[in-house]
Amino acid sequence: MTRQQVLDLYFMDARCKLIDLAAFLDRVDRGTGEADFRLAALQNSLKALAGSEASRAEKVLLTLSDPTVEPVAKALGKGAVGAWPGASGSKAPMP
Amino acid sequence: MRYIEPHGHMVSRTTDDYQDMVTAGCAAVCEPAFWAGFDRSTMHGFHDYFCQLTDFEPKRAARYGLPHFSWLCINPKESEDVKLAEEVIGIIPSFLPRPNVLGIGEIGLNKNSRNEMKVLEMHVDLAARHQQLILVHTPHLEDKLKGTRLILDVIRSDSRIQPGRVLIDHVEEHTVRLVLDRGHWGGMTLYPVSKCSPARAVDILDICGGDRLWMNSACDWGESVPLAIPRTGLEMRRRGWTAEAVDRVIYQNPIRFLSQCPKFNLASEPV
Repeated sequence: MTRQQVLDLYFMDARCKLIDLAAFLDRVDRGTGEADFRLAALQNSLKALAGSEASRAEKVLLTLSDPTVEPVAKALGKGAVGAWPGASGSKAPMP
Repeated sequence: MRYIEPHGHMVSRTTDDYQDMVTAGCAAVCEPAFWAGFDRSTMHGFHDYFCQLTDFEPKRAARYGLPHFSWLCINPKESEDVKLAEEVIGIIPSFLPRPNVLGIGEIGLNKNSRNEMKVLEMHVDLAARHQQLILVHTPHLEDKLKGTRLILDVIRSDSRIQPGRVLIDHVEEHTVRLVLDRGHWGGMTLYPVSKCSPARAVDILDICGGDRLWMNSACDWGESVPLAIPRTGLEMRRRGWTAEAVDRVIYQNPIRFLSQCPKFNLASEPV
């Protein structure tokens, strides 16, 4: 596809998602209390989004992933929350 | 547009979904064993579930002319209890000869725990001893990368397993190359929020090629879209893929992988 074709097909969808993301961050700002590690993880992933390399989707996913290699001692719960709490030392909210 | 749904948890869906899928061109559906949303407390609960997957559900699908196949296991979400897993794995061999059973799945990891690893190894051993195909679930979200790496190492450590007889499901941009580089097949799951969107799935096909990839809706009791595959086929057409190229990915690719099990056939064409 040409870049023009990609823009014709996906620009409005990307614009919508971008504004939704901005509105989400505004909503968090208007909220009270402390944010957990997920906000910092999301803000960190925005750096990958702003980069000029072609593999942005992969890089965003990597910034949100657990980078460790050893199995955990025991599964605590079954769900996932979308970001890895390890870097911040925070406890993950129970999904 | 004909297609195969290679991963759908149809016991959670209504007959309306069967009608819609067949109307949209679905030629077969494959149903891996799954978590019910709550932990089953005994092996007997799994026995009844396996009967549902191998007896009742194929009959329900047949009312719409749709061939139904299944995969058996104790799902990774219930793998923390190793003793229960041993009991469940013990009854699986008695179900393997049933005509719609394609192999062992969806096994894998959920939270990447040591007990989940033990149960994964037990499942891989079961598949090897009975020459079964393997369908692997990879963990969700932040756990996917680590879990995929652990799973790939478990499979590689068992020399009896041929990589081309293993499909690693729920791949995304950060795991798809790990899977394909090991010689396995990869599955892209089309979900409304998590996993892949139709546009991203087609991106992955554009980048990695469609030789050993399939797509599935993994429709279940949660937010999921039973018609996600034909909708993604439409997305491919909008992006300039020919009808033949779409057919290769959503119809012929699943057949290529699944036909490694001689029980997979499409004798009953959709009505």
